[in-house]
Amino acid sequence: MNKLNGVHLSHNKGTKNCETVDFPLPKSVVIPMSQHMGAPCECLVKKGDTVTVGQKIGDTDAFMSAPIHSPVSGTVTDVIDFLLASGAVCKAAVIESDGLQTVCPDVKPPEITDKQSFIAAIRESGLTGLGGAGFPTHIKLNYDAVKTPVDTLVINAAECEPYITSDFREMMESPMDVIEGILLVQKYLGIPICKICIEDNKPEAIALMKKKTENLKSIQIVALPSSYPQGAEKVIVYSATGRIVAEGELPSNQGVMVMNVSTAAHMYRYTQDGMPLTKRRLTLDGDAVTKNAGNYFVPIGTRVSELLEHCGAEGAKKVLYGGPMMGICLYDTDQPVLKNNNAILAFKDGESPKTTACIRCGRCVRTCPLNLMPVLIENAYNAEDVEELKRLKVMLCMNCGCCSYACPAHRPLAEINQLAKAMIPRK
Amino acid sequence: MKGLFVSPSPHRAADMSTSKIMLLVIIALFPAAMAGCVFFGPRAAAVLAVCIAACVIFEALCRIVMKKDQTVGDLSAVVTGLLLGMNLPATVPFYVAVIGSFVAIVIVKQLFGGIGQNFANPAIAARIVLMLSFTSQMSGWVKPYWYSGAVDAETSATPLAAEWLSYTENGAAYKMAPFTLSEMFWGETGGCIGETCAAMLILGGLFLIITKVISLATPVAFIGSFAVLTLLYTGSLVDTLYGVLAGGLLIGAFFMATDYATTPLTTKGKVVFGIGCGLVTFIIRSFGSFPEGVSFSILLMNLLTPYIDRLTKASPFGAKKPVKAKS
Repeated sequence: MNKLNGVHLSHNKGTKNCETVDFPLPKSVVIPMSQHMGAPCECLVKKGDTVTVGQKIGDTDAFMSAPIHSPVSGTVTDVIDFLLASGAVCKAAVIESDGLQTVCPDVKPPEITDKQSFIAAIRESGLTGLGGAGFPTHIKLNYDAVKTPVDTLVINAAECEPYITSDFREMMESPMDVIEGILLVQKYLGIPICKICIEDNKPEAIALMKKKTENLKSIQIVALPSSYPQGAEKVIVYSATGRIVAEGELPSNQGVMVMNVSTAAHMYRYTQDGMPLTKRRLTLDGDAVTKNAGNYFVPIGTRVSELLEHCGAEGAKKVLYGGPMMGICLYDTDQPVLKNNNAILAFKDGESPKTTACIRCGRCVRTCPLNLMPVLIENAYNAEDVEELKRLKVMLCMNCGCCSYACPAHRPLAEINQLAKAMIPRK
Repeated sequence: MKGLFVSPSPHRAADMSTSKIMLLVIIALFPAAMAGCVFFGPRAAAVLAVCIAACVIFEALCRIVMKKDQTVGDLSAVVTGLLLGMNLPATVPFYVAVIGSFVAIVIVKQLFGGIGQNFANPAIAARIVLMLSFTSQMSGWVKPYWYSGAVDAETSATPLAAEWLSYTENGAAYKMAPFTLSEMFWGETGGCIGETCAAMLILGGLFLIITKVISLATPVAFIGSFAVLTLLYTGSLVDTLYGVLAGGLLIGAFFMATDYATTPLTTKGKVVFGIGCGLVTFIIRSFGSFPEGVSFSILLMNLLTPYIDRLTKASPFGAKKPVKAKS
């Protein structure tokens, strides 16, 4: 078994048996025009416009982007400048729901006949990676099949972050959607092998997916050890195939495409009903949650404050988009649910432990999945030694947070790695 | 909702801290220290107490004088004091123990910036300073249980300094070690307070390995390389085992060559460090004029640690050729 370093976390998957239910329709939603990696969309609606469910309200000509659709029917009450939790500012449409959920007439199953029409349809669906990074899916599918032929599709169902169970519920509730989505990708892109990679702390999902793929020779189920960050792209490619995605490479350079399991399932559902990405499954949990922890289908744009109210987490001191290891803190709970949010977690305690002097114990070095040396990176960062930072390959850091997690002196090593990256001038 | 905490990820931390690590080291040293107190009596306990108290007081005073955050709570000064005391003979005058504590904490540790910044192991450096400056006070070796009045002679040689007995049998010359291997293993020999009881030192070392405070690499490389060299040189398994159990080898390999600040970061580096220690110890013990070489070997390798670190950097996963430094 190919294994990289990592840390063992307590799983806290208390919501794994919570079947997904529809979250009550919010009265109003906020739809930021930047919910993906790449260029923000231009807002296609203005104050006073009426919109319907699935209507395209944001799009752009930029290559790296994905269109945005309205999750509700109703009226655009305002288009505002909006400060995202990531720190970026973009336009956002505020839509008041009329409660009718009238579906847009444009919503119909796409006509797919070949690779080009498949990729075009996925672009129109507004789909981005549902696992967290929010990479536009149509761009991932549109790799150069001549220069970098892909022979293996790795379906990322590791779900290595604590608390989150949304991908697990996807597999348990709609395994056939996952498989049909995979078959679509295999068919139109001509990828012979698919490996569905699941951490071994989810034996139910492994068993179910094995059963459902019994007669499918092209799909294998791979059980991976439960070790964080098993679901990180480079880590899962290495664990599943033994291939090393080198510095500056994409997985396609190694003949691999990595796709989140919920993304694959959503792709299939879109081809059936033509409904773009306007709602998603997410896990609502954390130690500040007092009731109704579970998995919900939440319309994109629903304010997090409504979710917290629903689960009795008004007393939370820290609220995260995503998991406790890589999640982003919300500065304000009026922030909306975005396309890539697989969880909203609320915690009672928000204070970080006090930082003490480095004792050179080497735990950061031993836990780094990419064999970086955060202790030396910190020294080079403090000395503003750009050449040394380059030699230490800080640009490879994927901010998984193992170093900060393991540090007995509680030094913010992962944060320093990101600051150090910014110190290196871009070519 | 306002008033939320915002911080960069990760939002979780392992249940580990510097003071917890130090506490684990203290727990690991405890059995060997206790054995020393049993063999060498209340005087040994008093030496340990003086060293610990002096180290803690010097640490606290230094931080106050230097106007830095108080670090005495991280327990590292307690570890240094305990280790230093365990490296002294039970008969050492208290003022010598205090001077040793001063050297360890003030000169070796705090003047270089405190915890994590010292280039040499404080307890080792202090032991060497005391050995060279107070040679006679530092070699008042006594027999185990000397305090009880049950043994005749009060003074004893350490296993490494003692004369080996020569005798002939059937025309062949034999040499006999002054102590049996059993005495060596349980620690009923002359020596420093905490270094004689091999059984308890191994127990403590295993505890640190199991709790992942130290890695297996250093002690295995240190003891292993020393044992292999001794075996090749003497050709005797018994002599080799005797050498491993004698003197400061075990306390050095498990507790001092594994000090974080003064030893290499990577496993590769730790192996190089351990082999270096084993080699130097072997050379001093076999050919040098000192009976014991563990402290010198560790101090020497401490000085080489920055170079070992530079040569044994981890190679990042998937990194293309490293960028050449501008010369």
